[in-house]
Amino acid sequence: MLNFLKSTVGRKYIMGITGLVWMGFILGHMAGNMLIFLGPEAFNSYGHSIVSNKILLYGTEIALILAIIGHVTSAISLTLENRAAKGTRYAVMPKGEKASTWASRNMGAQGSAILAFIILHLITFKYGAHYETTVNGVVMRDLHKLVLEVFMKPGYVAWYVVCLLLLLFHLSHGAHSVFQSFGILERKMQAPLKKIAWAYAAVVAGGFLSQPIYVFLVNR
Amino acid sequence: MSSDKNNINLKLKVWRQKNSQTEGAFETLDAKNVSPDASFLEMLDAVNEDLIKKDKEPIVFDHDCREGICGSCGFMINGEAHGPQKGTTVCQLHMRHFNDGEELVLEPWRATAFPVIKDLMCDRSALDRIIRAGGYISVNTGNAQDANNIPIPKPDADEAFMSATCIGCGACVASCKNASAALFTSAKITHLALLPQGRVEQDQRALDMVAQMDAEGFGACTTTGACSAACPKEISLINIAKMNREYLRASVLKKEELSGGGDG
Repeated sequence: MLNFLKSTVGRKYIMGITGLVWMGFILGHMAGNMLIFLGPEAFNSYGHSIVSNKILLYGTEIALILAIIGHVTSAISLTLENRAAKGTRYAVMPKGEKASTWASRNMGAQGSAILAFIILHLITFKYGAHYETTVNGVVMRDLHKLVLEVFMKPGYVAWYVVCLLLLLFHLSHGAHSVFQSFGILERKMQAPLKKIAWAYAAVVAGGFLSQPIYVFLVNR
Repeated sequence: MSSDKNNINLKLKVWRQKNSQTEGAFETLDAKNVSPDASFLEMLDAVNEDLIKKDKEPIVFDHDCREGICGSCGFMINGEAHGPQKGTTVCQLHMRHFNDGEELVLEPWRATAFPVIKDLMCDRSALDRIIRAGGYISVNTGNAQDANNIPIPKPDADEAFMSATCIGCGACVASCKNASAALFTSAKITHLALLPQGRVEQDQRALDMVAQMDAEGFGACTTTGACSAACPKEISLINIAKMNREYLRASVLKKEELSGGGDG
């Protein structure tokens, strides 16, 4: 199995599995955060219920950290090898079907920006200002207040929008490539899978985008 | 070449490189009075005739059958392997697809595993070594079995045949931004894995051919689909999915040989 994990094919399986872990997480994260539309009590209670469940919290954190380490290390080694394998580039770039998509050519750059975003995102929220509030007699962290504060800053909202658009492309490529990497692609699945991948990417990115835009424009 | 009012004139920017040790550069050449009925290689033949008459080095390019079946020819025309027409080798590409006055940039296949031998010709023996690693079936000699003795489901036969149409020209590697040989290798693995004769060595074949593909320094597949779009035989990307599946299966399930000895 060690040879498998070292091979180009095996590392693509690692990219796929670790990518799927994060794809599942961000879908759940986006859906949970939609509670911001229901007001501070629902949003804060949801956050409190997650941090109260230590097994879920630490289990998810460990899975996500391991997944991102696997994803990033495989990505770096594959990208370096791919560049070395190509060597000289062509003077003329192809067009149409023979061209690669912008998303597929820039997975590394998108991924780097998204990684920077994740780190900054954790600093801003998880390790950010600690406000407290009381909901139904329970004292809990007032994340809603922090989210509102942060999403009032035009600079942060702009950075958020840019990163989510990059995420849209990153997911659109990853979500369909994973089927090929895992070898569960059949002739009839090719076209629908690309559409499903885009739909998934649009739901995640669109859902996440709606939150800061709602706060910034409506909830002033 | 007879003069005809339909004939066209082209500007060619051709990659000229003396050998794999020296650096190459583009040279601009004129292709004058080209018949639209000529194939791309015939057009180059005419350009070479002119060069030879002027005591200059002709453009070196690979070719053999000129019928689109041998896989010898191939280079990039304006960034497209085998040129703009789908499902066509460059020898079967005709000059009627080009316009008078057009500039065409001709480059050899680009991949570290395909070093340039001269001009538009590169060394594709890396693909031969992938075949040698496992792209065959071992058969004992003797009388050929009756063809209908081994039943093969029609869909399997169809799929195997479509994979077997690969002529090994290397356009997939050339078109891939990662110079991945995944489409070539997977077509060979799929072709043999679908047929009963190939199934005997299915696991070892997948392991050995993927290992050789990596050892030759080809890149990984990013599922861009550029290989399949450029393939003159239109080999499908699903071959790569099948290869990944075969390779995983073989890595997990391959049985160890318990004692020494060979095939006997």
